Amino acid sequence: MDRQTLKEPRQEQVRRARVAKPKAVSTRKTGQRRGPRAAPKQAVTLKEHVVEIVSDSGEGAQRCGQSFGSVAARMGNGIWTVEIIPAEIQPPARSIAGASGNRIRVASERVTNGGDEADLVVAFNEQVLLGRYRAKELKPGCVILLEDKWRTDPDADIAVSYAHVYDELVAEGYKVHEIPMESECVKYVPDPRRGKNMFVLGLLCSIYSLDLEMAREQIRFVFRKKDAKVIDLNLELLEAGHDWAEENLDIKYAIPASKPKDPQIVMNGNTALALGVLASGMEVCAMYPITPATSASHYLSDIFERVGCVVHQAEDEIAACAFAIGASYAGKCAVTITSGPGLSLKQEGIGLAVMSEIPLVVVDVQRGGPSTGQPTKAEQGDLLSACFGGHGDAPKVVMAASTIEDCFYSVIMARKIAETFNMVVMVLTDASLATAQQPFPRPDFNEQWLAPPIDQSAVPEGASPYDWDPRTGLAPRFIPGQPNGMHCLTGLAHDRLSHVAYDPEINQEGIRNRSLKLATFQKTLKAPAIFGDEDGDLLIVGWGSTKGAIEEAVERLRADGKRVSSLHLKFLQPMPSGMKDMFRRFDKVMTVENTWSDSLDSEVFDEDSRRYAGLALLLRARFLVDVDCWGEVKGQSIKPGKIVRAVLERLP
Amino acid sequence: MGIPVSECLLKLMAEGYTLDDYRGDIPPRWCTGCGDNGILAAVQRLCRDEQLPPERTVFVSGIGCSSRFPHYMNAYGFHGLHGRALPVAEGVKLRRPDLHVFVSTGDGDCCSIGAAHWIHAIRYNMDMTVLMHDNQIYGLTKKQASPTSPRGVKSNTTPRGTYLDPLNPLSVTLGVANVSFVAQAADWIPELLYDIISEAYHHKGFSFVRILQRCPEFMPHQFDPWVQNPDKMLLLTHEKGVQLSAGLSKVYRKQEAHDPGDLHRAREIASLSEQIPVGILYRDSDVPCYEDVRMVDRLHTPDVIKGVLEEEFDKFTIWPSE
Repeated sequence: MDRQTLKEPRQEQVRRARVAKPKAVSTRKTGQRRGPRAAPKQAVTLKEHVVEIVSDSGEGAQRCGQSFGSVAARMGNGIWTVEIIPAEIQPPARSIAGASGNRIRVASERVTNGGDEADLVVAFNEQVLLGRYRAKELKPGCVILLEDKWRTDPDADIAVSYAHVYDELVAEGYKVHEIPMESECVKYVPDPRRGKNMFVLGLLCSIYSLDLEMAREQIRFVFRKKDAKVIDLNLELLEAGHDWAEENLDIKYAIPASKPKDPQIVMNGNTALALGVLASGMEVCAMYPITPATSASHYLSDIFERVGCVVHQAEDEIAACAFAIGASYAGKCAVTITSGPGLSLKQEGIGLAVMSEIPLVVVDVQRGGPSTGQPTKAEQGDLLSACFGGHGDAPKVVMAASTIEDCFYSVIMARKIAETFNMVVMVLTDASLATAQQPFPRPDFNEQWLAPPIDQSAVPEGASPYDWDPRTGLAPRFIPGQPNGMHCLTGLAHDRLSHVAYDPEINQEGIRNRSLKLATFQKTLKAPAIFGDEDGDLLIVGWGSTKGAIEEAVERLRADGKRVSSLHLKFLQPMPSGMKDMFRRFDKVMTVENTWSDSLDSEVFDEDSRRYAGLALLLRARFLVDVDCWGEVKGQSIKPGKIVRAVLERLP
Repeated sequence: MGIPVSECLLKLMAEGYTLDDYRGDIPPRWCTGCGDNGILAAVQRLCRDEQLPPERTVFVSGIGCSSRFPHYMNAYGFHGLHGRALPVAEGVKLRRPDLHVFVSTGDGDCCSIGAAHWIHAIRYNMDMTVLMHDNQIYGLTKKQASPTSPRGVKSNTTPRGTYLDPLNPLSVTLGVANVSFVAQAADWIPELLYDIISEAYHHKGFSFVRILQRCPEFMPHQFDPWVQNPDKMLLLTHEKGVQLSAGLSKVYRKQEAHDPGDLHRAREIASLSEQIPVGILYRDSDVPCYEDVRMVDRLHTPDVIKGVLEEEFDKFTIWPSE
């Protein structure tokens, strides 16, 4: 009902629109197209900016945003891009929920997260803009570049809606510039819906003083599979956008770049994850399609065969897990990649791998839950189900990637741990890492990443498959094909010979040894470093994708004189030693997690009923420290500014 | 070459596997009279006759009476999860074509909780021998109706009799794309049981053998009409299928010369209601196996991996841009 309004009922806005005129000076009719070049504008130097480009699905805002990010990154700027993805493949045009596009944080220095609200928004229609406005994604008074063709739309409803949104935003202090995107693009392309995005890229290149030649290179790269005519047309559009902005817009920024010394690569977390699988030496990835994990498997499917390996799309999540277990059992350590609902389905299989001590890597690209939840949105709600989701006592390693680069290295490390300890290793990432892009140093290939060839030599006669070492709990791994190693692996409680255990002592022994093994692994962990001072008023503890935002918040708070530090955990189960001592040096300890936790804002949420976020619960249980927590479940990465506010509320 | 025959024989005596080499170190714990015992004997005989190295032979099972099978073999065994034997076996076979893979499953394991995997396993057509022990009842959990229980069977969950007609595992299997081998055997005809399992083993692809198997504990008289009246059995013979010994031919007089290449007739035979067909219903050796389809002629060596990684990194390198 309220598609067209910011706040007021529709009749009211129709009435107002009929009488109202634009309240602010717009750039709509300023300047002469292709006229003589205006005097060079003085660029305002910025440390960073958050730029959003939003359109209907299929209008290319995502490609525009990615290209803009790539050009900035190639110039040496720090970038972090976040995809704005509607839930449907083809949402209705001009709908609030259908906003599709990209948010790019561009900075002088390296950035570790998506930052706060947008400083500049390019919108292809007022409805998608409204969607972002309502989601509180715009910084108050920010710059908006809005396609102006809707003002004169033959459909009166649309024209009214446009005028109304425009008026409201201007009244609220936003600097709205109406841009004749369509009428400019139509000079070059018959269907401006396909081409506006490169025009906008040109606008942005002008506004942010980006190197136009690099943008040209980017276009040639993006369209490298298309013929020369397409490339030329897009180059024309780019330049048209650039020239139009130079002549008609009075906005010019410069974000000085600081070029890193080492070669950098830029990709999203799922691509990094897939490359990590390849680099780990694993040969089999068994998966079932699930958002937001699948794109990792898409990319892996594309490249994995080139190293002789297989992505198997199984008939369901359970089969994918069982398939991976079968491959691992046969000596080819495998990975299964999924997201929350799939993790639930795999839990029985994971329990089997724990019980029978089969190495297995499980990646959970978390999304909003429970149930189908928010498939395309970010959340960190699976920590406890990763640690304890199976039935019975099933010790396993749970680790989390905290950056895009970390997605790559985490899988390599996970494979190594899995095969060294014959254990299940869960790697948690989430939708925000999966689709965000950030440059990181190009990895140097290391043969140590790879799995050694499988052992097919004879097992000493009389050796038993579960000959648990009394000190470490570790047992050998007999791989089919090894003479003398024949035994029947079972998910039933079993003794050292893998015989079904009917003796209660034997069950106890097996469970103890699997626990001992995890404790042995724990002894290999290094204590994480504190970010900030070693003592202070408050310590924030985080895990996974929130690292960049938490550390940025800590920096801002410290710059403000606050005695705040943070600690970021890679291993959630087991946790490294030494943390309790760190906690003692702070007056307060709290976690920041992108998941639900009760805040004491209701009579019935009190100390007795309060449900804590996953990590807070784990820390409270393990260290007997009164760990507080804060988080939100808005389907997006937590912004540093929000963390700052949450922390300030808790400081004296 | 110059090795005398006597030496060859000696070698065979010294190194050949005997039945004992396939016996697990614990004796079977199935009930006395359970049809599973006969299946185990037939499989151990097959392994001996084929001289399968125990270390290169893997028996995968799910959960249920049938799925205790791997414990009683001397080979690599995988006694995993209820219903999930097939995807585990697929994972084993994919990268280890050198291993002989057998799957033991039951009517509950295969046709109920694992039904999705069963359908897709037929379609993948990976080279493995699947023995579906069908006693038409859940035994290990103490007598509940299974999807193959005939209508009216009284069990602990259907005290007034089952409500629905049973699922027909043969028709289902024959209805799936890429089906390549379907046979039916009965535990009370051990000679044919062996022959059929042997044919299944020799077929390259997903060989599905439904074995009618008596449960003396919970369904003691289920197959009596057929056991007692050989005329109710229909034996399928063919030069491309199994042949009957003179002795069997005398007892089982109802026979049909059925060409296993005839899918249409196979489906008709599968649907017979009074008679129980035994033999090979269908075989197509030309269906490609998934592990072959997915086999890529690329080495998985550090050099190759490094090469591909560097190529991919090149694509994502932004600085230095050239």
